[in-house]
Amino acid sequence: MNNRMMKMIDANKCTACPVHNVGNLKKLGINMKNYDYVVALAGNPNTGKSTVFNNLTGLKQHTGNWPGKTVTRAEGGFEYNSSKFKLVDLPGTYSLLSTSTDEQVARDFILFGQPDVTVVVVDSTRLERNLNLVLQVLEITDRAVLCLNLMDEAKRNNIKIDERQLTKDLGIPVIPTEARQSVGMQDLINAIFEVASGKFVCKPYRFKSKSKELNYAIEKLSQEIKEAFPDIPNATWVALRLLEGDQSIIEAVGTGELGNIKQVNTSLEEIKLKVESI
Amino acid sequence: MNKTNGHNNEAILSLANNLRWEIGESFHDKLMESIFANATTIAQKSVTTPIEKPTFSFDRALDRIVTSPVLGFPMMFLILAVIFWLTIEGANVPSAMLASLLIDTFHPILKDFSLTIGLPWWLGGVLIDGAYLAGAWVISVMLPPMAIFFPLFTLLEDFGYLPRVAFNMDNLYRRAGAHGKQALTMAMGFGCNAAGVVAARVIDSPRERIIAIITNNFSLCNGRWPTQILIATIFIGGAVPAHLAGLVSAGAVVGIAVLGIVFSLVVSWALSRTVLKGEASAFSLELPPYRPPRVLRTLYTSLIDRTLIVLWRAVIFAIPAGIVIWLVSNITVGGESIAEIFINWVDPVSLIIGLNGVIILAYIIAIPANEIVIPTILMLTVLVTSMAGVGSGDGVMFELDSVTATEDILMAGGWTLLTGINLMLFSLLHNPCSTTIYTIYRETKSVKWTVVSTLLPVVMGIAVCFFLTQIWRLVVGN
Repeated sequence: MNNRMMKMIDANKCTACPVHNVGNLKKLGINMKNYDYVVALAGNPNTGKSTVFNNLTGLKQHTGNWPGKTVTRAEGGFEYNSSKFKLVDLPGTYSLLSTSTDEQVARDFILFGQPDVTVVVVDSTRLERNLNLVLQVLEITDRAVLCLNLMDEAKRNNIKIDERQLTKDLGIPVIPTEARQSVGMQDLINAIFEVASGKFVCKPYRFKSKSKELNYAIEKLSQEIKEAFPDIPNATWVALRLLEGDQSIIEAVGTGELGNIKQVNTSLEEIKLKVESI
Repeated sequence: MNKTNGHNNEAILSLANNLRWEIGESFHDKLMESIFANATTIAQKSVTTPIEKPTFSFDRALDRIVTSPVLGFPMMFLILAVIFWLTIEGANVPSAMLASLLIDTFHPILKDFSLTIGLPWWLGGVLIDGAYLAGAWVISVMLPPMAIFFPLFTLLEDFGYLPRVAFNMDNLYRRAGAHGKQALTMAMGFGCNAAGVVAARVIDSPRERIIAIITNNFSLCNGRWPTQILIATIFIGGAVPAHLAGLVSAGAVVGIAVLGIVFSLVVSWALSRTVLKGEASAFSLELPPYRPPRVLRTLYTSLIDRTLIVLWRAVIFAIPAGIVIWLVSNITVGGESIAEIFINWVDPVSLIIGLNGVIILAYIIAIPANEIVIPTILMLTVLVTSMAGVGSGDGVMFELDSVTATEDILMAGGWTLLTGINLMLFSLLHNPCSTTIYTIYRETKSVKWTVVSTLLPVVMGIAVCFFLTQIWRLVVGN
């Protein structure tokens, strides 16, 4: 009897708590008109991005346990706390520093599509390797959420992750989830909402190199870029690409196109169309 | 803004140039190294891993078997054989039930109804004996196997087996000059070639993607199994002692499927050395952990997203085909139906390749959906040999209750063991169905590659049947 009472009280508490208020979420499917925020889903291949996507939008994108299942961008929408979100499921990538076309779609979208929030979905059982991509994403954008997916598998393998420590280190919300079982989705949506609305201000980790000359070069160059293009949020990233000799970024800087994000955006739409039509 | 900044931009670029020069070529490596080092530091602070990894060893043990150089391929064939067997066995009863419901029950009711409302005989014929029956046939022959095959296949996919298949086959396809991931699209093609063609999107290089699309037709699809199984049962099973019949005919079907894989490798090899020259591109394939499949969710997505959509397209294409069958068997020129005229005309030529005119006509009519090949062949055979007492009239597609009755009709039509083998080969090697042809066009946006993918298998099929027939006649002398 007592136990039952306790349970009832607990249940009441849960429903009263805004975090668990499931009624707030409205899955909008492909109806994404008049959205307030754009959310990108990035991550290594086969970490469950499409499963997260289906959970949030109510769509039934085909999911499969093999890397490279998502071949084009998928888009969908959801509504939470009376804000409308457009969700973009990007192809999985190991890195944003290479030149292959599928990775380019993801990189260009995060860089120039200017999503309001980028959710990086990672495989909790392979966190260290997945963090490489997270760190690269954090160089591009300062509004991100880390989704520690596949926590069920991590538990099965006795892997423990201290998500508070991780939040502190990375400076972004870290949400453990089991997307296949729809566990943690409410927390994820809440985190997305908080970052999008500015309630949570990210202080993204910026990586430091052991090599002094590398640090000096990046520092010096990004300083110059910031002066020339005060509007762009990711000067460090542009500096990295210039040092790497990325031809498209060199051109964008040379012609001054980089300062005109909208212009870059349209040319990127064309690139994306090309990629999708191949 | 651009113009005023012009000078600045140049300064940035030259600064970048100088700095790049100072750091040297190792920039990318140094950058990746520092990112990796940073990731390690962060991960070490928050992740605790056990010293022992008990469940990992299960994954590894399983991988050691399914990707082993010795056991990998036998395991693959065994798993495929079990799935085929479950599909074949499981589909029999529901197929028969659907057929009796849609064809034996509803068809006469519709016929009676059309007579009651006074529909002209030809309109009733076109609509009910043609369009309705074709649709009903495709549903009863195609729906049960797909409803069993797709969920089984999706469960396997959800479990994580597909990347292992690609891992095993990768080396073969790479040596053939194609992309290792073609193994994945090939596996999808066993379900439906149209689905396999769409799946070729996972391949980045356009050259390798086109190879994967062209050769996907060599994966024996759902629509072609019923043909393979029926013909194998009658002619191959009939040629061996009764207690071996089931095993041998099942083996013959698996043999044809394996032959299809061999053809896809050979054609990939030939294409990548002639018209589609190039190096095989490297790719990294991460073997994901095995995951317990979510059965209910899999059932839902595979039934709704795959089975019903594929079935719907087949029905759409089968209905006009049914109308054509009815028309060619009922429109007569000088006392003979168009079907008979055509059959008599192509018969001499088709006998050279060990087939007959009926089979050729059936394949032409059944381009829209391969599922209706067998019913069409039976109907046309009855029409030509004018067997009394079977079937329900000219131009009506039907299927006989027993394999023996089917055999009687085919024997009366002059079929031999050679005809049976050739039909199995031709069923593997002929043009893709219209759904697949349309999908190939949509995916490649190229008339040229669509035509190549359509005609190449037919030419190969004719060549293979021709040579087999000539050798057969030399050796067996029949």
